[in-house]
Amino acid sequence: MNDILFPLAVFFAAVFTNNILLTNYLGMCSFLSVSKELETSAGLGIAVTFVMATTTAINWVVYHFLLVPFQLEYLRFIVFIIIIAAFVQLIEMVIERYSEGLYFALGIFLPLITVNCAILGASLFMVIREYSFMTSFFFGFGSGLGWLIAIMAMAGIRQRLRTAKIPAGLDGAGIALIIAGFMAMAFMGFNGMITIS
Amino acid sequence: MAAGMIKKTFLAPLGKDNPVFVQILGICSTLAVTNKLENTMVMTLGVMFTTALSSWTLSVMRKWIPSRIRMMVETMIIATYVIIVDIALKAFYPEMWKQLGPYVGLIITNCIVMGRIEAFALQNKPMLSLVDGLASGMGYAYVLLVIAFFRELLGTGTLWGYQILGSWWTNWSIMIMPPGGFFMLAIFIWIVREAVFKEGTK
Repeated sequence: MNDILFPLAVFFAAVFTNNILLTNYLGMCSFLSVSKELETSAGLGIAVTFVMATTTAINWVVYHFLLVPFQLEYLRFIVFIIIIAAFVQLIEMVIERYSEGLYFALGIFLPLITVNCAILGASLFMVIREYSFMTSFFFGFGSGLGWLIAIMAMAGIRQRLRTAKIPAGLDGAGIALIIAGFMAMAFMGFNGMITIS
Repeated sequence: MAAGMIKKTFLAPLGKDNPVFVQILGICSTLAVTNKLENTMVMTLGVMFTTALSSWTLSVMRKWIPSRIRMMVETMIIATYVIIVDIALKAFYPEMWKQLGPYVGLIITNCIVMGRIEAFALQNKPMLSLVDGLASGMGYAYVLLVIAFFRELLGTGTLWGYQILGSWWTNWSIMIMPPGGFFMLAIFIWIVREAVFKEGTK
């Protein structure tokens, strides 16, 4: 596939067929705990999408221009997590300074993002699958968008479920996992549309 | 230190304070590899190693860490142990290292590791923290091993790669695909909460 189409194919694959949450189980912790309200889910999802797209691109640059030339690839876990943490901190300071509205909308979610496995996961996948810079950026962006779609769908379903009678042992996390299972089955319907390795 | 205290610390995460059933923590990085028993075993051993040793290290250092940069120090130490696991796996078991792919690195963001450090290791003595970390890792490991046992058995008819069920068995391929992991964990949590914690009867 040529250079222009491949990043786009990876983007759509990351949103639908290889959804980072529903096929790789990444970002489950915040997915299960935050998905009770539609608005907070949307806020967190947008923050995740933004951070994931940018940190995947930054990590690509650092990995290929700093770690590979000095043969320090084994340090990538530490370096990636520091970059993510530092970037999140930076964003928090910038939006606190310049946009109070945005800070109150997104600010509370930012600390949660540092420990979101999906963000680090996207960077690690990008290294293992040997993506180019553009592909990495679109992969990070698509994965974030896929996560946003999944958590918003989940929040919508959970709001409807509030009035339903659920067995006591299944209430909370149990029912959320079962919904996630059905959502994963629905997303399997996209299989064959696009395949990436 | 009383032996009773160690025993209590050891048993709590295996039973009533199990990190998976009670807090639903840390399933992110490992649920993905539960489609095979062997992969799960290797991953959970890595998690146990990391939780136990990073709890111990942080507990030794707890009086010297300024609380403002606490999280950063914790992440560094966790990452160091994960790198050790990653390098050891790459050296001694390269096929498994390939199969696990990015998931070994994702132990860093596993909430159990940092959760135990924050909740326990920063207030307790090093030996007790080591026991607590190890027990939390084990409490987590057995839940995932049970899930992996059923997923591999029902999904492919094998256990640890050996054929167990005969040719009469039709593989439930949904079990080794992503939805199977969600369903198995949900069913397991349901059974444990109803049977052990008696949530339905309160």
